[in-house]
Amino acid sequence: MTAQPTDIATYNFAYLDEQTKRMIRRAILKGIAIPGYQVPFASREMPMPYGWGTGGVQVTASIIGPDDVLKVIDQGADDTTNAVSIRAFFKKVANVAVTTYTASATIIQTRHRIPEHPLTAGQVLVYQVPIPEPLRFLEPRETETRKMHALEEYGLMHVKLYEDIARHGRIATTYAYPVKVEGRYVMDPSPTPKFDNPKMHRSPALQLFGAGREKRIYAVPPFTEVVSLDFEDHPFEVQTFDQPCALCAAENVYLDEVILDDHGGHMFVCSDTDHCEKRREEGHRGHLAPEMMEPAR
Amino acid sequence: MDIAAQSIEGGFADPVFDAQTVFRAVMDAMARPGSLQSLPAFARPPVPFSATAGAVALALCDNDTPLWLDPALQASAAIKSWLGFHTGAPLANTPADAHFALIAAPAEMMALDGFSQGTQDYPDRSTTLILQVSDIASGAPLLLEGPGIETSATIAPAQMPRHFVEQWKQNIKRFPRGVDIILATSDGVACLPRTTRIKTMGA
Repeated sequence: MTAQPTDIATYNFAYLDEQTKRMIRRAILKGIAIPGYQVPFASREMPMPYGWGTGGVQVTASIIGPDDVLKVIDQGADDTTNAVSIRAFFKKVANVAVTTYTASATIIQTRHRIPEHPLTAGQVLVYQVPIPEPLRFLEPRETETRKMHALEEYGLMHVKLYEDIARHGRIATTYAYPVKVEGRYVMDPSPTPKFDNPKMHRSPALQLFGAGREKRIYAVPPFTEVVSLDFEDHPFEVQTFDQPCALCAAENVYLDEVILDDHGGHMFVCSDTDHCEKRREEGHRGHLAPEMMEPAR
Repeated sequence: MDIAAQSIEGGFADPVFDAQTVFRAVMDAMARPGSLQSLPAFARPPVPFSATAGAVALALCDNDTPLWLDPALQASAAIKSWLGFHTGAPLANTPADAHFALIAAPAEMMALDGFSQGTQDYPDRSTTLILQVSDIASGAPLLLEGPGIETSATIAPAQMPRHFVEQWKQNIKRFPRGVDIILATSDGVACLPRTTRIKTMGA
């Protein structure tokens, strides 16, 4: 479905007005210049509820141009409601090309995953962030957390991780795992599984984070140190899976559990649908992949 | 051409897409310090304000961003009315009040610490300096390291401020406070965010 010219003319290009875009663009530049620092911005109401990615949408709308190719993922999937509607939104208000292939996208807006396919220089990864403040659940007062960032006082976060170890014998945080950016700011990588944290470290792609309800934008420039917090005797480690993807047999990827029936049947499949589809096209087969799924001729 | 005509002519022909193109060039330059992001001449401001610096000002400035003009630009009524007409940005009383500083003669500019450095709580409340230079190849070479740079990058901007390397070292020491620099050359932009470390070449 292509947008009709009359549909586009109703709005400014990419929905936001120019003054809003300039304000967000200035915040993005400050964010890039101070990696990991949350820049306050005057978040606008968007034609979707908070929690649906209004921050990411505003960042994408401010950077996107007519030549961009947009990919939107929700928990790694291109075909879930949030991803489909945001993709349709930009198709309508900006008339840009959209794709599901990670490699051909110039802007990838994501909710809670980093694609398995390595990102390249020139790509921009835009995260939708619900709670940008990594210290928020430890200290509810913004005045205090701001002071803690200013003074680089992150002891509380280490206490939290230590309490995990005392209680569970290991660091039990599995998503939104705090990172330190360029040795200075502690940052919430948004609720991505900690499996994705190592992909942020010295990534060639620019990473932008938008939190609409909380009115914060932050950024990690390419080739920037992003270190997951840990202890010498409890080093950071990512999740491992004891079986490969049931559809494409991929190993060392992040898997989702899918319930198959109400008798306890389940399977583990790639959370990154584009990665899984591409592998199946290349002929990889997992143990639950349908035998007859040859490409249609 | 009289001042009234000069102040109205020379803005973006296509404000939405020109501003987006200029911003993306500045964003890419800020994300990859030392890289030159080329830009066509979108704006035609009155002399001595350059086309590239003018385009960056049009893309980023509006009535929310007080501007500070260096004496070379301050002297021109045409430039002030051009900026006023196209951006609506007020002029800052002091450099420390400015969100953006437009500098046509960087070699004669005041010290970097005279501009707003932001605060420890809000380091984003600092001045962004837009320096007009002819190119980034004919000056003293600077070896750059830091976020956005894979190993190292080299630029050699011409007409840089006096004692720039020394001043920049102090700027880095103030991190997270400090100023960021956008270098507007005749055919593109390059950036020095406050995280970029400079090592001088040779010597």
